[in-house]
Amino acid sequence: MLEISKLHKSYPIGDSSLHVLKGIDLSVKSGEMVAIMGSSGSGKSTLLNIIGMLDEADEGDYILDNVPIKNLTEKKAAIYRNKFLGFIFQSFNLINYKNAVENVALPLYYQGLKRSERIEKAMFHLGKVGLADWAKHLPNELSGGQKQRVAIARALAANPKLLLADEPTGALDTKTSHEIMEFLQQLNDEGKTILIVTHEEDIADMCKRIVRLKDGVIMEDKFVTQVRASQYV
Amino acid sequence: MFDIDVWREIFQSVNKNRTRSLLSGFTVAFAILLFVLLFGIAKGLENTFAEAFADDATNSIFIRTGETSTAYKGLQAGRKIQLKNEDQDYIVDEYGNKVEYITSRIYKSVNASFQNEQNNYQLRAVNPDHQYLERTKVIHGRYINEADIQNETKVVVIGRLVDEDLFLKTTPIGKYINLNGIQYKVVGVFEDDGGDNEERMIYMPLSTAQRIYGNNDYVDQINLSYNPELDFDSALDFSLDLEENLKKKFLISPVDQRAIRVRNLATEAQQVNQMTTGLGIIIIVIGFGTLIAGIVGISNIMIFIVKERTKEIGVRKALGAAPKSIVSLILLEAILITTIAGYIGLLVGMGVLELIGPSLETYFIKDPAVSTNLVISATITLIIAGGIAGYIPAKNASRIKPIVALRDD
Repeated sequence: MLEISKLHKSYPIGDSSLHVLKGIDLSVKSGEMVAIMGSSGSGKSTLLNIIGMLDEADEGDYILDNVPIKNLTEKKAAIYRNKFLGFIFQSFNLINYKNAVENVALPLYYQGLKRSERIEKAMFHLGKVGLADWAKHLPNELSGGQKQRVAIARALAANPKLLLADEPTGALDTKTSHEIMEFLQQLNDEGKTILIVTHEEDIADMCKRIVRLKDGVIMEDKFVTQVRASQYV
Repeated sequence: MFDIDVWREIFQSVNKNRTRSLLSGFTVAFAILLFVLLFGIAKGLENTFAEAFADDATNSIFIRTGETSTAYKGLQAGRKIQLKNEDQDYIVDEYGNKVEYITSRIYKSVNASFQNEQNNYQLRAVNPDHQYLERTKVIHGRYINEADIQNETKVVVIGRLVDEDLFLKTTPIGKYINLNGIQYKVVGVFEDDGGDNEERMIYMPLSTAQRIYGNNDYVDQINLSYNPELDFDSALDFSLDLEENLKKKFLISPVDQRAIRVRNLATEAQQVNQMTTGLGIIIIVIGFGTLIAGIVGISNIMIFIVKERTKEIGVRKALGAAPKSIVSLILLEAILITTIAGYIGLLVGMGVLELIGPSLETYFIKDPAVSTNLVISATITLIIAGGIAGYIPAKNASRIKPIVALRDD
């Protein structure tokens, strides 16, 4: 599913440069649920951005679903992002002047689907996250948990191969965090591959595998027994 | 390519961000509004000047006399200078081919009556050429002719308003009008663009007036027009030379400004032309300044909009928006707002001109209006400018890296 080898990334800071990723090797199979952990500055967000094609590595290979991701034009990257990836952000990043169903339909718009089809699919995914009744509400009329569920529905709408979640529970209270995690676990049970960047141990424990980063290298990569979020809800 | 979905996105963005759209629209509408008002007022001023010169031929020269202000060649100051018929003949003899039309004038104030109606009017006794110098338009009958001058006939040509005042129930041609107790036959009625005063005038043959009022060959004023083929400088030379010769003829000091005054309309016409041109340049500079201010305004707003929408653009890109679709989203929104706002500014501007136009006549602004062509090209300029102003920020927006845009501040 996902093959990364000898990945390097530096950022220029003034005259010198900051070496953020120092040779990352990572392989993720279809259906896995991986937590990427690390303190701030460990390079976990950079890694996620490269996986998400939002940023490009300086060195190394990245193969996603047998497609080498390298030297992409902006246009190509846009198409790949749309086809392969679904993003979930800490701050939800919903478009505030669009209602829930329009937000969910947005990736489908960029796939070039017809309006009626988009709305139909978007409603289906909104139903899946349990927010069909809130379809016409604007983001600022929704609670944090609801917003994140809309964001998840949006990430799922284009039926991506890989879900990337950057601190998906970072802006939520514990109870809502567990609800979101329970939902992500359900998606994983249905076979969706999920990568979660987090610095919270209890969230990481709800995944099936934990990858720990420190100073740009992988310190630890272990499979764990998944803690089901449902027991807390 | 027309894509309904793109427009739906744009309308939603415009509609849901009303304050932003209204503010940027306001800038554009205001720029166009000012542009229309400025050019309208400039046109109004131009109309006023054009009308001011509609009364008389612009190549007119007027010769008036007064009293000498300095002693010269043994003659006292305060001597009254009197023009006579021979002076007109002298000018024709001396400057034959440079003179287009020439007439003498005598002014009188008369009490005119016809049947039970009566009123006071200005009377001008003139030669036939006067018709062309004054741009008099005969609407009924005829003007004064050579035969009238030769025979000293008692005929008059009356202004349109004299006709209206006195001849209530009948046409004046062929009727006899009583001027200070003497009967004159009305042979013509005229119109004049110079205003009501010019149309409350009565014309009479010069020779008739000289016979009746004083039995002499005195005239009050000589009007002539120079040959229109003369250029401006020769025309000025002509009137200066004329003044010099007349001063010699009447033994007037060359520096005496009062005894003989030769007024050449060419000088005034040139001054007005220069003023209108200067005014036009100022207006154009201000007008285009306004347009440029409008363009800069749109640019600023577009840059602001892109800044404000950075996150949204990042999200869209993360969800698979190609750079091209980001550019068209921002650009078309800019163009849409510019077009609609420009059109509103245009309508308001024209409406305001229409509304306040009549009340501006006191301030020498007549019929202010802008040509449709000018306004349309101004709007198109602004739309294109809006496009250019929107393009650079839009291009920048399309280059926004989603990671930068999505970074949580």
